[in-house]
Amino acid sequence: MSPVYFDHNATTPLDESVLQAMLPFFREHYGNASSRHEFGRAARQAVDDAREQVADAVGAHPSQVYFVSGGTEANNLLIKGVAARLKPSQVAVSAVEHPSVTVPVQELREHGWKVRRLAVDHAGRIDMDEAKSALREPTGLMSVMLANNETGVIQDVASLAELARSAGALVHTDAVQALGKMPVNFATLNVHAMTLSAHKIYGPKGMGALILDKRLDIKPQITGGGHEKGLRAGTENVPAIVGFGAACMLASDRLAQSSFNLEQMRGRMNQGLRTMGAILFGDGAERLPNTSYFALPGIEGETLVMALDRAGYAVASGSACSSGGADPSPVLLSMGVERELARCAVRVSLGRGNEMSQIERFLQALQDEIFRLKKLAAIAV
Amino acid sequence: MIKTPIYLDYSATTPVDPRVAEVMIPYLTEKFGNPASRSHEFGWEAEKAVEQAREQVAALVNADPKEIIWTSGATESNNLAIKGAAHFYKAKGKHLVTMMTEHKAVIDTMRHLESEGYEVTYLKPEPSGLVDIEKFKAALRPDTILASVMLVNNEIGVIQDIAALGEICRAQGIIFHVDAAQATGKVAIDLAKLKVDLMSFSAHKTYGPKGIGALYVQRKPRVRLEAQMHGGGHERGLRSGTLATHQIAGMGEAFRIAREEMAAENERVRSLRDRLYKGLSQIEEVHVNGDMEQRVPHNLNISFNFVEGESLIMAIRDLAVSSGSACTSASLEPSYVLRALGRSDELAHSSIRFTIGRFTTEEEIDYAIELLKNKIGRLREMSPLWDMFKEGVDLSTVKWASH
Amino acid sequence: MSYSTKVLDHYENPRNVGTFGKEDEGVATGMVGAPACGDVMKLQIKVNKDGVIEDAKFKTYGCGSAIASSSLVTEWVKGKTLDEALTIKNTQIAEELALPPVKIHCSVLAEDAIKAAVADYKARHGEMQGEMVETAACKG
Repeated sequence: MSPVYFDHNATTPLDESVLQAMLPFFREHYGNASSRHEFGRAARQAVDDAREQVADAVGAHPSQVYFVSGGTEANNLLIKGVAARLKPSQVAVSAVEHPSVTVPVQELREHGWKVRRLAVDHAGRIDMDEAKSALREPTGLMSVMLANNETGVIQDVASLAELARSAGALVHTDAVQALGKMPVNFATLNVHAMTLSAHKIYGPKGMGALILDKRLDIKPQITGGGHEKGLRAGTENVPAIVGFGAACMLASDRLAQSSFNLEQMRGRMNQGLRTMGAILFGDGAERLPNTSYFALPGIEGETLVMALDRAGYAVASGSACSSGGADPSPVLLSMGVERELARCAVRVSLGRGNEMSQIERFLQALQDEIFRLKKLAAIAV
Repeated sequence: MIKTPIYLDYSATTPVDPRVAEVMIPYLTEKFGNPASRSHEFGWEAEKAVEQAREQVAALVNADPKEIIWTSGATESNNLAIKGAAHFYKAKGKHLVTMMTEHKAVIDTMRHLESEGYEVTYLKPEPSGLVDIEKFKAALRPDTILASVMLVNNEIGVIQDIAALGEICRAQGIIFHVDAAQATGKVAIDLAKLKVDLMSFSAHKTYGPKGIGALYVQRKPRVRLEAQMHGGGHERGLRSGTLATHQIAGMGEAFRIAREEMAAENERVRSLRDRLYKGLSQIEEVHVNGDMEQRVPHNLNISFNFVEGESLIMAIRDLAVSSGSACTSASLEPSYVLRALGRSDELAHSSIRFTIGRFTTEEEIDYAIELLKNKIGRLREMSPLWDMFKEGVDLSTVKWASH
Repeated sequence: MSYSTKVLDHYENPRNVGTFGKEDEGVATGMVGAPACGDVMKLQIKVNKDGVIEDAKFKTYGCGSAIASSSLVTEWVKGKTLDEALTIKNTQIAEELALPPVKIHCSVLAEDAIKAAVADYKARHGEMQGEMVETAACKG
């Protein structure tokens, strides 16, 4: 029996209709979108259409959409690109950002920037007073993710953006995890820039976009050939761009229904986890409907995910990028979770293919594993 | 019956080989895991595919798989190699050497470094398109930290003597980067022998997918780079970002096929190219751009004198070809590569790059020859310059009204 | 680049391509542009005793829009007096052919070709001294 996939925040399977949209661009319409002949023009048309689909999905204008190789590149491009054009001042980021934000931000220190981490409360939310106090310092850029990859906690980006704007700062939000799981609107969020990724919304890996207010002048990071209006060089990855467009359409079409289904399943999941004595992280905060992040005190997260893998369930401990590291999740630590407990963290992230019956069976399997592991531990002692 | 337009633009991009597509699709659908997921089968399966592809790419160029770093394409590889090395070794010096005929991804990256205070020498090639070794040597200085020369030129297909250039650089402790985007599957590359420190690769020029490339980073002697894209620390910290498993698997398969089939394929393609060349040679006043000997077998770049480039492209809409390189053909500027060779603007404007590939047939070549003969004839009928040439007027002595 | 159907029509079926015989009477020639700019237009007009252009021919080295512009003006100048021909403006040509902004210079060149041909005619027939026409080539 094939394992049950509960790791949709790490990546998602490609939707069948997205695959069908992409396939003709590998072998039939394979032209280089920069070529002027028919093959090139067909590719260019497909890229333009996808740009519209992406823009539509997030309430942006197609001219604000820049295709890049993924969320990591979009975050790097925005942060380094903005910083290169501004006089060094302060850059403010939340304490729970993805490494593709935190690491480039650290790099800025070499160029004279000060980094201000915006602390979060026990539920993972940025405190408005904390943001206000940070913005008393001259701030060039604020970057706050819309929804967190580990906890699924949603930040009030619109309010933060208003604060930042009135303090004269540019605002960026990493909406990679939010897209497809909650309404995302570039105009309403009132940010200057936003990061998106295709493979978290049943689209292909290797594709993402930076949505950018056109008044923003940012320095390109990959040069050579003038693609994407000079902001990002490199032959357009046409099949992936087409796939991203198709995935965006699906995400919008299915948002309401899928949110409802996910919420139902996650509710049952959390209820079951509570009865087993699990601690739920981000509880009480507004969260994405698909994410359960929990710990069973005394059971190492790594041990539990391995056991669950053997039982046929694919889940994660911490985020995929830092998986393999023995250090507890920095996100949890910044929420004030004890190191011991943070080491026990396990993330279940549900998706389109999951069903309620899988949740029921998972809870049963988890119960069995807990029992087995506790027995092992007892023997070891 | 010939299906038009006929694709003769394999240096702009190639269709994905059906075998490559077959390898890719499972990694889009059922084997969709994130290769960085270390906690379940989906992730391990994806990681295995990534490592197998790394071996396949390394095998084509005789490198160690550990020396292969995945990127989003050759443009990114060139950016990472040049900026990454220049930044890391800036204490040693701030001078770089390259050629005027490099791809924009190299030229623009060099310009970027100039804006950061580096100094760059852009070498002019010989009229053949090849670099003169002595002139290259003369351009190197004690503070030169990196030289970048492409193996195969994208427009004229000439092959540079990177073995000799590598020896020179190595002797002087200069990092040598080679853009090999156009070379894989066309030229044998042996990185165990070549004194090359960094080499850029692209999948979509070799029947693999777009959006994936690689950078060879030599381990012995070790070359250091400053990462250009930061985040989760993928690719040993040199390049962060979720790995696109299907694209990587596709590149691996494409390079496997290239390794196994390039000898036979190049012979077939060369005979088609020679057939095209022979056919077009029957037209008066055609000029080949670039050396015909030191050249990849699939490229023919020809200027048709007394015919204007855009009207020529319009006349041969049944052929999908390039005038200038794909990346610059949206502009009306004549090709900077041909100008560097000393070609006049007129001849640069009327140049056509034909690049033949795996799926080109003899019938298509014959069709192309006939079409060109007809259309060139028609355009010359319409050209006042052709009249003057036929009357024996030396056009270079004419005083044009506008100047 | 996409061309308008009118440009394509003139390009595929150019009107009045050719050259008048050297001995033909009433023939004047205007040649404008330069090979280095990518366009050279040669417009010939044949003017009858009443000063009316009764025929016109062209040869053009240039892009599709340049060929179409010159083809179009050979049609337009026919039946016009020299002075009437001089009223043809590049904006009319550009509008008729729906030229994109990057191709406006082709229509400018066609207008210049008319001026040059008329000036050549007048110079040959002693109405005025041969005056160099300032053209605006190489703007594209």
